[in-house]
Amino acid sequence: MDAFTTHTGRAVPLRRNNVDTDQIIPAEYLKRVARTGFHDALFKAWREDPAFVLNDHRYDGATILVAGPDFGTGSSREHAVWALQDYGFRAVISPRFADIFRGNSLKGGLLPVQLPDDVVAALQDRIEREPAVEVTVDLVERQVRADDLVASFEIDDYTRWRLMEGLDDIGLTLRHTDDIANYESTRPGWMPVTT
Amino acid sequence: MGRTLAEKVWDAHLVRRAEGEPDLIYIDLHLVHEVTSPQAFDGLRNTHRTVRRPDLTIATEDHNVPTTSGPITDPISLEQVSALRRNCEEFGIRLHPMGDAGQGIVHVIGPQLGLTQPGMTVVCGDSHTSTHGAFGAIAFGIGTSEVEHVLATQTLPLQRPKTMAIEVDGKLPDGVTGKDLVLGIITQIGTGGGQGYIVEYRGEAIRGLSMEGRMTVCNMSIEAGARAGLIAPDQTTFDYLKGRPHAPQAADWDTAVAVWTQLVTDDDATFDKVVHIDASKLAPWVTWGTNPGQGAPLSASVPEPRDSGDERALDYMGLTAGTPLHEIAVDTVFIGSCTNGRLEDLRAAADVLRGRNVADGVRVLIVPGSVQVKEAAESEGLHEIFTAAGAEWRGAGCSMCLAMNPDKLTPGERSASTSNRNFEGRQGPGGRTHLVSPAVAAATAVTGRLTAPADL
Ligand code: SF4
Repeated sequence: MDAFTTHTGRAVPLRRNNVDTDQIIPAEYLKRVARTGFHDALFKAWREDPAFVLNDHRYDGATILVAGPDFGTGSSREHAVWALQDYGFRAVISPRFADIFRGNSLKGGLLPVQLPDDVVAALQDRIEREPAVEVTVDLVERQVRADDLVASFEIDDYTRWRLMEGLDDIGLTLRHTDDIANYESTRPGWMPVTT
Repeated sequence: MGRTLAEKVWDAHLVRRAEGEPDLIYIDLHLVHEVTSPQAFDGLRNTHRTVRRPDLTIATEDHNVPTTSGPITDPISLEQVSALRRNCEEFGIRLHPMGDAGQGIVHVIGPQLGLTQPGMTVVCGDSHTSTHGAFGAIAFGIGTSEVEHVLATQTLPLQRPKTMAIEVDGKLPDGVTGKDLVLGIITQIGTGGGQGYIVEYRGEAIRGLSMEGRMTVCNMSIEAGARAGLIAPDQTTFDYLKGRPHAPQAADWDTAVAVWTQLVTDDDATFDKVVHIDASKLAPWVTWGTNPGQGAPLSASVPEPRDSGDERALDYMGLTAGTPLHEIAVDTVFIGSCTNGRLEDLRAAADVLRGRNVADGVRVLIVPGSVQVKEAAESEGLHEIFTAAGAEWRGAGCSMCLAMNPDKLTPGERSASTSNRNFEGRQGPGGRTHLVSPAVAAATAVTGRLTAPADL
């Protein structure tokens, strides 16, 4: 995973609530067995509409998505995160994320930034007024900045440290194989096995 | 200080707890299917890691499989299923492939085998893993990176979610099912209402549900935003499990039941949030929009939009506010999925379709959740009722729950579906989905309009 400390780029406002992962990437594209190459599939159905915000050239090259509440609901497909990253996004800002999407994002190094509704709306207004405005997502300071707009966000110390170091969760857990083996020795013998 | 059921199960799976770090939680059962696993197995190979506990892992093919006889013809689907077969072979994981008597939707086969038991932790790279919570297990969906993590370590680092009680007070009226109940709950609390919580469903109406009904309720916890939903095990749970292939046998059974009986929320435990639902106010329910929280009783009309999201949903669904829901005509009826593809669901549909005919021009797909469900239904003659009525009786799989196999809606086509998601394009690009119970789906098949069985 790539480390994330601070990122500055342009942003695109997605004024929709309840953006489910079926919209982020339709099921048809989940048949692939690779982890990359999903950028074309991102928001596939919506992108067919010329008025969809990602088709607005003023936002070309944006790396931060600013969406309405309940982003990433529905299916657990991590392909949604991969598609956002393949398209070029490094961070998504929303007033509320679905749990699984948030977890998947943090595994892959796509930063989900939760900010209050009014701040997200103000940010969207700001970007719409001036699409070229630079937005900074600063994990070190736990801040989002766009000109005079400065907002703090919360993220727990552990997750922040892991992202800033770009650490692989599996590697971290494998440092504790003794604990896992100890736990296994206490499991009752009648618990089911699949074999 | 007492503990909730979820807290008891969580604490019993604690491998490691350290200040400032997520808990390391042991996973008792890992279910695998073809869609969310290939990149995880690749990850293991790339890092020269192996599967720690193949004996706590089981795989099935469900999302891509056609439900008509014959092989997979789509080469990309076939490659994904082939990848699962190669991976299971290489890592020594038990697989129920297409054509196998044990094949079926991942959330149908776990309980059917008796692998899902009270007090366990169950995960799968699929959000509807919450289904298994019906047994008093903590069961939740994970992404592919977490699939790889569980394969490699049989654990997950997790922050403990908060706990929520959904108290369903009173009894469900006649003709109101677990599906109507859960759709009613989501309409009340919204698609984000359970976010950050493990929900425990409690109360008289929940105790009165069969295991199938409880699985339907827990299945859709994720549609309320909750990570997991569970129900304390009781005699209904034990009766369902007894004698299943992987249930404890002989003296172990009594030991297990003694342990499982302790799996209740203590009287003095507190939840972070409590929601009350009045069961007597529920009715056959249907969704009118493009998220599962946009629902109403079937006797109601399409509501006035409250915001731009509602407006967009009505536009996508091709509906006008004020139209009585029971006047909405459908093209297709789908009865199946991990929400409502079990034997009891098929019996409910058959009770409505017995001696009746499907309306002209309506396509009706009835898809058992597993090969075993199919065989059980056929031994009761349910398939004959379905085909005599003019419905199609299919093979086991996810089918029209998601547009990933040949069963799909075409643009603009409208369905009544017993599945769990009415998202835009979920059942096929441009398709329009109304979520309903199996009984409502069957009654809708008869009239061609959204219909409650009592109105036939
Ligand atoms: S039936 Fe639908 S919700 Fe259930 S596992 Fe299959 S695709 Fe997912």
